[in-house]
Amino acid sequence: MKELRAHAGFPIKPLYGPEDTTDVDCERDVGRPGEFPFTRGIHPTMYRERLWTMRQYVGFGTPSETNSRFKYLMAHGQDALNVAFDLPTQLGLDSDDPRAEGEVGRVGMAIDTLADMEDAFAGIPLDRVSVSLTINGMAAPITAMYYVVAEKQGAAADRVVTTPQNDILKEFVARGTWVYPVEPSLRLVADLIEFSAKRYPRSNPVSVCGYHIREAGCTTAQEMAYGLLIAAAYVERVRARGIPVDDFAPRISFNFTAWGKIFEEVAKFRAGRRLYARMLRERFGATNPRSWMLRTLIGGGGSAFVFQEPENNIVRGAYIALAAALAGAQTMALPTYDEAYTIPSAKAQLIALRTMQICAEESGAADTVDPLGGSYYVEALTNAMEKQILEEMARVEGMGGIVEAVKSGALQAEVARQAYRFEQKLVSGEIPKVGANCYVGDTPAAADREVELYAFDPKVAAAQLARLERIRRDRDGGAVTRALARLRDAARTTSNLMDPIVEAVKAYATLGEIARAMKDVFGEYKEPVTF
Amino acid sequence: MRVLIAKPGLDGHDRGAKVVAQALRDAGVEVVYSGLKRTPDEIVHEAIQEDVDVVGLSVLSGAHLLLSRRVLEGLRAYGADEIEVVVGGIIPPRDVEELQKLGVARVFPMGTPLPDIVAAFTKEASQR
Repeated sequence: MKELRAHAGFPIKPLYGPEDTTDVDCERDVGRPGEFPFTRGIHPTMYRERLWTMRQYVGFGTPSETNSRFKYLMAHGQDALNVAFDLPTQLGLDSDDPRAEGEVGRVGMAIDTLADMEDAFAGIPLDRVSVSLTINGMAAPITAMYYVVAEKQGAAADRVVTTPQNDILKEFVARGTWVYPVEPSLRLVADLIEFSAKRYPRSNPVSVCGYHIREAGCTTAQEMAYGLLIAAAYVERVRARGIPVDDFAPRISFNFTAWGKIFEEVAKFRAGRRLYARMLRERFGATNPRSWMLRTLIGGGGSAFVFQEPENNIVRGAYIALAAALAGAQTMALPTYDEAYTIPSAKAQLIALRTMQICAEESGAADTVDPLGGSYYVEALTNAMEKQILEEMARVEGMGGIVEAVKSGALQAEVARQAYRFEQKLVSGEIPKVGANCYVGDTPAAADREVELYAFDPKVAAAQLARLERIRRDRDGGAVTRALARLRDAARTTSNLMDPIVEAVKAYATLGEIARAMKDVFGEYKEPVTF
Repeated sequence: MRVLIAKPGLDGHDRGAKVVAQALRDAGVEVVYSGLKRTPDEIVHEAIQEDVDVVGLSVLSGAHLLLSRRVLEGLRAYGADEIEVVVGGIIPPRDVEELQKLGVARVFPMGTPLPDIVAAFTKEASQR
């Protein structure tokens, strides 16, 4: 019989029985949903009372183009937004910066000033819609813009629900939208968490992402291990300011993927929830049960998808949705079948949304809480996963802890090694991909004909530049200069930077100007180049 | 055979670049990796300084036409156009020919099997 292994590395047996769950203490390890340690889910009734939120990742071109796509998805039953920003915005460069050439409005929408944010959310009531902002290095200024738009709409601060990603540590390991060195970057993360906890109590000021590190190549157990360690690093930083853990921990959220083997993914989340609950209660002394809950978006992960025969990705998406539902997701997002080719078309996005809705309404996966709980296999897997996650966490502690491992590049090197190992398994066929490395037909899959390619319009950049120029001309230049000077001065102290950032935003300082004011003090990150 | 694997532009996705770099190294190719967010100018200088035979650009952001053109122009401007440029990443099929017209020697769009990429480099090396 062929030997099989989980993506986490441990072997999978052909059969599981009662003898495999003898080390499961039902009361201690599994418990009841909605109760410590939340193995079975964070709510007592899960989807019977409230279905997961459906939140597709959208953003391209100008803010007003993105605004139209938002409205299209909302008209089809999407209940929350997830905003994509273009790379210059993610890196704090204005659209007319020479380094932004060719990238304006390409992988997300361009934001230069508050005016763009006002356009993006025109006609979308920010006291009723919850909005995720996929922004990290620039989370502080972009979230400040969002808060100001909400304020201008007349939304009460305690009705504003936004989730800026604000997870800079994973940017150093995976996605690469870092700007400042590690320490000032961590300060900005904590500034936004502190500010939001005090002023915007329903906001989720950080979304800790194992997701992107998995996309960069790490294993399932590493994904959860790194996510837990990153969350712990942020909790430590905010607590060090004298803020009690229960004042902010209930609003920490997570973002993980679920694209692998369904049962392994479910076990990853069951183990992760109980490890997080124990960490917050035992290590950080949190007493509010909401602080113990690992609330998470579960997404797809484009790396699950295959270039060949792209329509098959719709089927893969459905399995991901099923895994996410069985794993107890609070929010779900799926990659679109055309992602290996292009910015998703409206049709592909609607199919992804429909996939989640079919899973929710037709499949029965949402009928009862933790339907796989008590399965010999899944309980044994949950324990095996817990053990593996703890081992991966210990390995990072051996590198000096997560912050040191990121600074030295040791973690980046480990993820790159795992990515290479994964690729070798694809080449050998050990990890099968139908239509790519097995059941490959004689005729090469037709590519271009099946996917509607996004036609990037260079006029987008021209329009954005003209708008930026107009705002620079019309604003009160003195107010901008004063606000930026105040921000620069504050950056030299240890005070929270959110108030001076909000002031600069309100004066229509550009994102690039705000970013540069901080760069003047913080300097820029130098990447340890390892592979 | 010496290769510079480089990430031009603002795109921060380096999984593919690092996988290719490791595979080439295992195949006996000398590999230099630029790190993220290099400007075309920086890449040209590094290519010349490191005396490489090939520059492999990895672009997933969609800005591959502009960035490739800038690197090719830069190499020409320094009289270093004997250095070949190859491109990988999310390259839509319609852009493959466009890149070749610019002077890109080979394009490895998404879906290219890793052994094919390695073979292209090692075959190149044996012909030199």
